Amino acid sequence: MNEWAIIWANLILILAIVFAFSAMLSWIERRLLGLWQDRYGPNRVGPFGVLQIVADSIKLLTKEDWIPPFADRAVFVLAPAIVAVTTLLAFAVVPIAPGIGVVDLNIGLLFFLAMSSLGVYSIVLGGWASNSKYSLLGGLRAAAQMLSYEVFMGLALMGVVMLADSFNLRDIVAAQENLWFCVPQILGLATFAVAGIAEARRLPFDLPESENELVAGFHTEYSSMKFGLFFIGEYVGITLISAMIVTLFFGGWLGPLLPPLVWFLLKTFIVVACFVLLRAALPRPRYDQLMAYGWKVMLPVTLVNLLITGAVVLSTA
Amino acid sequence: MWNSLKTMWIVFLHMFRRRVTIQYPDEKPNIPPRWRGRIILSRDPDGEERCVACYLCAAACPVDCIALQATEDEHGRRYPEFFRINFSRCIFCGYCEEACPTDAIQLTPDFEMGEYNRKNLVYEKEDLLIDGTGKYPGYNFYRVAGATIGGKNKGEAENEAPPVDPHSLLP
Repeated sequence: MNEWAIIWANLILILAIVFAFSAMLSWIERRLLGLWQDRYGPNRVGPFGVLQIVADSIKLLTKEDWIPPFADRAVFVLAPAIVAVTTLLAFAVVPIAPGIGVVDLNIGLLFFLAMSSLGVYSIVLGGWASNSKYSLLGGLRAAAQMLSYEVFMGLALMGVVMLADSFNLRDIVAAQENLWFCVPQILGLATFAVAGIAEARRLPFDLPESENELVAGFHTEYSSMKFGLFFIGEYVGITLISAMIVTLFFGGWLGPLLPPLVWFLLKTFIVVACFVLLRAALPRPRYDQLMAYGWKVMLPVTLVNLLITGAVVLSTA
Repeated sequence: MWNSLKTMWIVFLHMFRRRVTIQYPDEKPNIPPRWRGRIILSRDPDGEERCVACYLCAAACPVDCIALQATEDEHGRRYPEFFRINFSRCIFCGYCEEACPTDAIQLTPDFEMGEYNRKNLVYEKEDLLIDGTGKYPGYNFYRVAGATIGGKNKGEAENEAPPVDPHSLLP
């Protein structure tokens, strides 16, 4: 009985933290973008505009929920739910602090990779079911981009797995007690961060959405809360990737003085801010550049990193 | 890669720059005096209407938003019986001000003309007419013009020579 109570408390706490943070992220992102572009961003609703998300949600919930007559109804309705569900499910394995976390899977890392891969279905199906050319183009791009960046996303993490000798995320954090993996795995960090941005469809790699060519890409036909679900999925995705970068490369909850939970949240926030900075600074590459970058630069770098890490681990073992 | 990082660093440094936004309703923007905003009708220094109802503004107006009717008072001085500007049509091009021979119609730096009812955007003469001279203090059309009005004959205007008698042979 007591065990169940702890699990439920954990579940609700994590869901609350993730949702609150992801919801606030839409405001944080706009304020940070404003800060870096010499303007203010939303600062009208509530103190500093923190209640902007409330206003936005009310607007999204009360808008007409339009399903185009030419769309594939069932898939169209299902698609936005997938991305929200998969990203939230992936949070189950994220070790937020000692004692805080939903499950302690011994293959936590694989579960995370599996869930983030499943997220692509949402985008592709959403683009396909919309039955319009812009959505389809967005979905196509999403499929190609995510599949090619997934390849080295997994491989980039294998160096971490070699060093920690475990797929369990808590063991990986514990293995960084002396030295965070961002030092020995700097190449892994770089490639994983790039893959993560592509996976979360964030700005330098937001080709599935690319609003200046494809209207809104895969979610062109979506309105109201279905559109909102895509957005929640995207923001939870950013939070997830940031949390994973922190867990795998920056020592998770480890840190002096402050309590572990605070350290984890602080580090995650800094990584999220870096994501926003990327959006503020970098333009979107052309589609073939994106593909070439993935296959011709990132994949070889990942493999080299893997070879070096393997050699070092073998020689020191 | 290096270029991207440099870009990110430069963008990051913008954090410490001053923001360019003027938070409008709280903070009024500094509007240049030649701004083309709300149209007014000015008066001459004696407090009389400057407008002589010549219709040039209405003719110059590209969207036909000015309507007026000329009339004369007992001194023979022309003035508009009514003068109406439909600001829901007006494009604030300033052609009326350029066309006006008496500097009566002028555009001002006021732009806050929002209304809840569209009909309230039709301004009548009493809405347009101001008490002052606007941008051109000291200018009085009838004092410098040769036209005859009550109390002023030909040749009595400022800088005006007495009229030549065409029937006289004297130089």
